[in-house]
Amino acid sequence: MEHYLIAMGVTAGIYAIMALGMNVIWGMAGLINLGLVGFFAVGAYTSALLTVKLGWPLAAGIVSGTALAALVGIGVSLITVRMRGDYLAIVTLGFAETLRVVMSNELWIANGTDGLSGIPGPLRGTLDPHAFNLLFLGIVWTVVAVLFVFLQRLSFSPFGRVLRGIRDDEGVVEVAGKNVVLFKAKAFAVGSGALGLAGALYGHFTSYIAPDLFAPLLTLYIKLSLLTGGLGNNVGAIVGAVLIVFFLEATRFIVPLVPAVSSVQAASLREILIAATLLLILRWRAKGLIPERIANISLPPPTAEARTQPI
Amino acid sequence: MEILQLIVNGIMSGTILAVPAIGLTVIFAVLRFTNFALASHMTIGAYAGLIANATFGLPVIPSLIVAFVGAGLVGWLSDEFVLKPLRASGFITTAIGSIALTIGLENIVRFIFGNQMRGYDLPIRRDWRFSGLHISPQQVESLVIAIVVMGLLFVFLSMTRTGKAMRAVADNPMLAAIKGINADRIAGIVSFVGMGLAGVGGMLIGLDTTIDPLVGFKTVLSIFAAAVVGGFGSIPGAVVGALVIGIGEELSLLVLSPAYRTAVGFIAILLVLTLRPRGLLGARAY
Repeated sequence: MEHYLIAMGVTAGIYAIMALGMNVIWGMAGLINLGLVGFFAVGAYTSALLTVKLGWPLAAGIVSGTALAALVGIGVSLITVRMRGDYLAIVTLGFAETLRVVMSNELWIANGTDGLSGIPGPLRGTLDPHAFNLLFLGIVWTVVAVLFVFLQRLSFSPFGRVLRGIRDDEGVVEVAGKNVVLFKAKAFAVGSGALGLAGALYGHFTSYIAPDLFAPLLTLYIKLSLLTGGLGNNVGAIVGAVLIVFFLEATRFIVPLVPAVSSVQAASLREILIAATLLLILRWRAKGLIPERIANISLPPPTAEARTQPI
Repeated sequence: MEILQLIVNGIMSGTILAVPAIGLTVIFAVLRFTNFALASHMTIGAYAGLIANATFGLPVIPSLIVAFVGAGLVGWLSDEFVLKPLRASGFITTAIGSIALTIGLENIVRFIFGNQMRGYDLPIRRDWRFSGLHISPQQVESLVIAIVVMGLLFVFLSMTRTGKAMRAVADNPMLAAIKGINADRIAGIVSFVGMGLAGVGGMLIGLDTTIDPLVGFKTVLSIFAAAVVGGFGSIPGAVVGALVIGIGEELSLLVLSPAYRTAVGFIAILLVLTLRPRGLLGARAY
């Protein structure tokens, strides 16, 4: 049981990293990314391949995975930059699907659908499995903490304000002389970098990745986390991710209790439940548990002097 | 010769692809959002047609009408109760809502019918041969059906009062409202017709092979590619885009493995967005 809880804690941490990344793209900059799993997969595959096939050290693999995911994010955002958001939605979704098809069919890259196994983890050989899991729990949540502090600073910096400006009214930001295209690309880079980082950590934790793991459902889970916690704020992203992991695990126990249901039916019931929850939250609690707090900037009333001055 | 055969196959599959692509583009033109729930409505149409055809023994054409009405009704209801309330909070919320909707609906189909592949009850016929070309009668029949469906849609949009009202809302929602067109009613009709077309498309695709709950999801990327390549929101664009994607997917077999069919659509999207972002015909060309 303790084993299970620790593994759940690691999953929650990885979900929290993804939710923090998505929060930059969606919560702050107001951009859509339906291909979250694609960036997650880029990070996971890059880091795994570099460490398994080329024998790179773990840290170098993880950094490369993060960087490559960020680069792909820049590319995706630049291609659709002058179009309505619907195009970004289609391109991100298409990117994730195409990547999955490529990884399933190109056996020489990472064994296709059989997946890549034997991905090294920190001190996996020297520690017993229990201690390894505890160590990884520490690593993942340290990453969450560092990322949180970084994004919190970013969010209240001029950069964060510009992103929120783009989200609320792109035209105004452009009139203020900001390069909207550049800011969107940067937001995508930071966000997809975090998604890639989560993917890299995931691979090194489970030691096995395969194209099946990068199914679109994961995108839905992270969106659900952000919406539950409260879109646009980093605390909400982490709280939401933890709650969603608990919720997902709980459905694993509850659904089999429904009588006279086959295993395929149980699995589909679980997905119906998750989709319905997301729709209900979108509809009724769009602000989440912890709504985004925006500093109320009230303009000072015009002074008597200003009022009397001729315009 | 091989190339000619591939082009013929591409025209056949492209014409079938055009039916759901028109559904998608009509919904986009009038309601101004990308409805990702198209995938599950194709699946619903395919299964509604399956019940009519395999369980009740109806021939193909009546079964296609059942597919149209079934997917259309689900489309209208899900828009009315799920997506319409979300549209007020912006297109990102609506797009994510439609993804959740499509996963939910697809799993309802999976819950009822299971994961196994199913086939329609069709007479077995020999392929026709014309000087080395193989053409299956079923494909020709589907081609004719797809063209008839598109012709009916054209008549509906250009000759009927409701069709004209739909085009008016697509063109200028504010002006349409001033002229007394009820936008809510039009939204309902568009969702019914658009998703009905998706359902017909799902069944036409299934007629050629088999169906399972993923039938919609597997082709939806090609359909998005068709709509984007032709110019999102334009009906002639959707037809041209579908033919381009259909032929492109077949010709890709010369150099790529069949598994990369969906990748062709994605590459086409990237090319068009870089070189001609408004699509081949330009958006809103009807």
